[in-house]
Amino acid sequence: MVIRFAGDSGDGMQLTGTQFGNTAAALGNDLATLPDFPAEIRAPAGTLAGVSGFQLQFASHDVFTPGDGPDVLVAMNAAALKANLPELKRGAVVIANVGGFDETNLKKAGLASNPLEDGSLDGFKLYTLDVTRLTRECLKGSSLNTRAIDRSKNFFALGLMYWMYNRPMETTLQWLRDRFKNQPDVLAANEKVLQAGHAYGETTEMFEVTYRVPKAQVAPGTYRNITGNTALAWGLIAASKLAGIDLFHGAYPITPASDVLHELSRHKAFGVVTFQAEDEIAGVAAAIGAAFGGKLAVTTSSGPGIALKTEAIGLATMAELPLVIINVQRGGPSTGLPTKTEQADLLQAMFGRNSEAPLPILAPATPGDCFHMAIEAARIAIKYMVPVFLLSDGYLANGAEPWPVPKLADLPRIPVTFRTDPEGFSPYQRAADTLARPWAIPGTPGLEHRIGGLEKHEHTGSVSYDPVNHERMVKLREAKVAGIAADVPDLEVNGDTSGDLLVLGWGSTYGAITAAVSAARARGLKVSSAHLRHLNPFPRNLERVLRSYGQVLIPELNMGQLRLLIQARFVLPTIGLSKVQGQPLKVSEVLARIEELARSH
Amino acid sequence: MSTDGARPGVETMGGVPATDAPKLTRKDFDPGVDVRWCPGCGDYSILRAVQNVFPELGIPRERFVVVSGIGCSSRFPYYMNTFGFHTIHGRAPAVATGLKMSRPDLSVWVVTGDGDALSIGGNHLIHACRRNVDLKILMFNNRIYGLTKGQFSPTSEVGKKTKSSPMGSVDVPFNPLSVALGAEASFVARTVDVSPQHLQAVLRRAAAHRGTAFVEIYQNCTIFNDGAFDSMTEKANRPSALLDLQHGRPMVFDGGTKGLRLRGLDFEVVTLGSGISESDLCVHDESAESPALAFLLSRLERPKFPVPIGVLRAAARPTFEEGIHAQIDRVIERGAGDLDRLLGSGETWTVE
Repeated sequence: MVIRFAGDSGDGMQLTGTQFGNTAAALGNDLATLPDFPAEIRAPAGTLAGVSGFQLQFASHDVFTPGDGPDVLVAMNAAALKANLPELKRGAVVIANVGGFDETNLKKAGLASNPLEDGSLDGFKLYTLDVTRLTRECLKGSSLNTRAIDRSKNFFALGLMYWMYNRPMETTLQWLRDRFKNQPDVLAANEKVLQAGHAYGETTEMFEVTYRVPKAQVAPGTYRNITGNTALAWGLIAASKLAGIDLFHGAYPITPASDVLHELSRHKAFGVVTFQAEDEIAGVAAAIGAAFGGKLAVTTSSGPGIALKTEAIGLATMAELPLVIINVQRGGPSTGLPTKTEQADLLQAMFGRNSEAPLPILAPATPGDCFHMAIEAARIAIKYMVPVFLLSDGYLANGAEPWPVPKLADLPRIPVTFRTDPEGFSPYQRAADTLARPWAIPGTPGLEHRIGGLEKHEHTGSVSYDPVNHERMVKLREAKVAGIAADVPDLEVNGDTSGDLLVLGWGSTYGAITAAVSAARARGLKVSSAHLRHLNPFPRNLERVLRSYGQVLIPELNMGQLRLLIQARFVLPTIGLSKVQGQPLKVSEVLARIEELARSH
Repeated sequence: MSTDGARPGVETMGGVPATDAPKLTRKDFDPGVDVRWCPGCGDYSILRAVQNVFPELGIPRERFVVVSGIGCSSRFPYYMNTFGFHTIHGRAPAVATGLKMSRPDLSVWVVTGDGDALSIGGNHLIHACRRNVDLKILMFNNRIYGLTKGQFSPTSEVGKKTKSSPMGSVDVPFNPLSVALGAEASFVARTVDVSPQHLQAVLRRAAAHRGTAFVEIYQNCTIFNDGAFDSMTEKANRPSALLDLQHGRPMVFDGGTKGLRLRGLDFEVVTLGSGISESDLCVHDESAESPALAFLLSRLERPKFPVPIGVLRAAARPTFEEGIHAQIDRVIERGAGDLDRLLGSGETWTVE
């Protein structure tokens, strides 16, 4: 079941959707959510630019995505209806707030006539009610002003949806009590409106049917909802615990990565130092300074910010210091689409530095996976003394899923060894197995040494302009990163280990690809999927996996960046599926391509 | 290894714990490598001054870190037998900020030049100053780009003819001290490469200061801008061209024959005697609440005025890293973080 709440960006749709999702999760449904909001804090009220939406899919079976088109649309005004109508499934339920369809609203939405009356919604099940008026009536005599009263109308809609789906309201009531414990009048108003919405559905019996979605079959354990950005922040804290060194986070505010900074700055109890720098460059530069000082150093940003950090990332590569660089990708180039998702920075991570500067690249597959991949990035950075890229995106960052809560005791430790012995010390003397240089931090007697961006002599680490030495160092840095492949788990295949088609993905397309492949297999197609979480170096079995299928389809939210890498590396023809609309991949889009390929096979 | 901050009961130099370890000498800070600045470069005397002052500070050698950017001056860390980091152009204050925030136990020195600090790295410089990170920033000002072979810099005078300004530069220069003061620096000083005594005295003052200490050092580039400061720093010119500031003392120069008097918001040069005595002169107050006096001093230029050297401003203000760690300590006092509790916080549900 896919529901989309849509309204003005000031209508509280994100909150409404989150509350509905939390309730669904607490009832044991599997779910996935997708907020979709404008880049402007407050675009002009009532306009198309100001439409803010929150979609969630919940079910009694495994849910991999927030769903394609909604089954139910709650539209708080005319612009919200207009913006979302093209996405709506045929026969879907539309619940419209007629209070948001007056002449001004229609004009602002650029509508010549009222779609609730002009037949635009033929073929949909339309339910209308005046949420604005009902909310005002419900709060008649309240101490709140009209503006504040109108702001609680989202809770009327939420109460109505809770009735429609037979949901208890306790999760939201508890949230309200916590949130407004110091504002009793606001608390009372919201409680009243929520209950009024619920009661309205009950007494008017406005829907012919209500729905009951049973619990999903999921593995036993304790679960919570988590967004990708929260999971990244918590993963970094966990990595710091597992490594036994403090976390240093240098960052500059940027959408959609800022929530990582916000979350980390709340957790000083873990010894986390967050540094809101003067710019992107200072964010990464300070992190490099902290890495030199022996801390778990992290910088987070999004595409344009990563572009600014490029030179400093080259320095960390040359200085061979551990550093985690997180790119929460968004639409580009340039400022692009700050609040929309894209996966088009893979080649930037791979090649976006001057000269030969290879770095390990990782990508989480789901919001919850962000936690584990943050730990993995820290592990590789420390073990190999290397900066590591972690590529999340706007969809993972703000999307949420139920997540089995891990226990610290079950997570693998990250060994950290600071060099202390001055005997025979040389800053660029490498470990035989990892090719990592020693982590020799200031404050250690006898280890005084100089590092920097100039080329180093292979053994002594002093500045060297020797041509042959430079080539050896270029090859050593490359061999170090390539060697991480031995430390990367084999690529797992979902489905048969050979067949007609392999759908290969990376990052946030996991849900859409997995759901599409499951559906295709259910229809008897010989298709499997595999999802890369390590993009540089690739898992050692990747080539074998790729060559076990007749064809390889690579869906990406870019123009074919992984595809380019795969084709170049393995000289293997592949088929691309590119989408660059700032929106996540849909199950139906992947499935349609799979079926098309099966037909032409 | 302990990476703690100052231990209680131990005397500190600036924000860094001092030690009673064996006395160090200049030799301990000389890594014994070939120094590759041009013959006669002003950098040599600055290097020697720093190597002379470091052993006096009572800080163990391994706790010194010299961080630099790019440029001739930024080769400095290679010539100091301490921990050192030769970073990228303009970013040394940012790297040093991250290091000092995470390791308050270290004595962190930034060596930079006029191009590195004021042009490509201007942003990091001003923000380090306003935050009052406990960094000692030594800015070698030679009013020219040396390493890139002679282009005008942000401190080059208007009309300067260089390879990139054959008809003379039209850029109005920065006054580095005014920039630092405007950026809320708590310690601002100027010294000259050719006066080792003065240079070392200023370095000691900078080391003792808690917070960002910004030191401009007039430094001669023999190749691309030779003699840029001769009118002030040549021995014969110094008495009349330099005003050596002393806290709490009237501003006198030229062997005590001349002084500076304030008229409204402007200084004027007066000759002592003939009815004007030292009590008529402006008295230097480096720790005044307002940086206004220091700013007025920073504006003084030849030939109308003597150029001030010494400490223009030394104001007490909490350091950035103290503030950061005080917050962390306060939170941890109420209970250190428990990861399992964090992961299980908020709403959770259990599937049997």
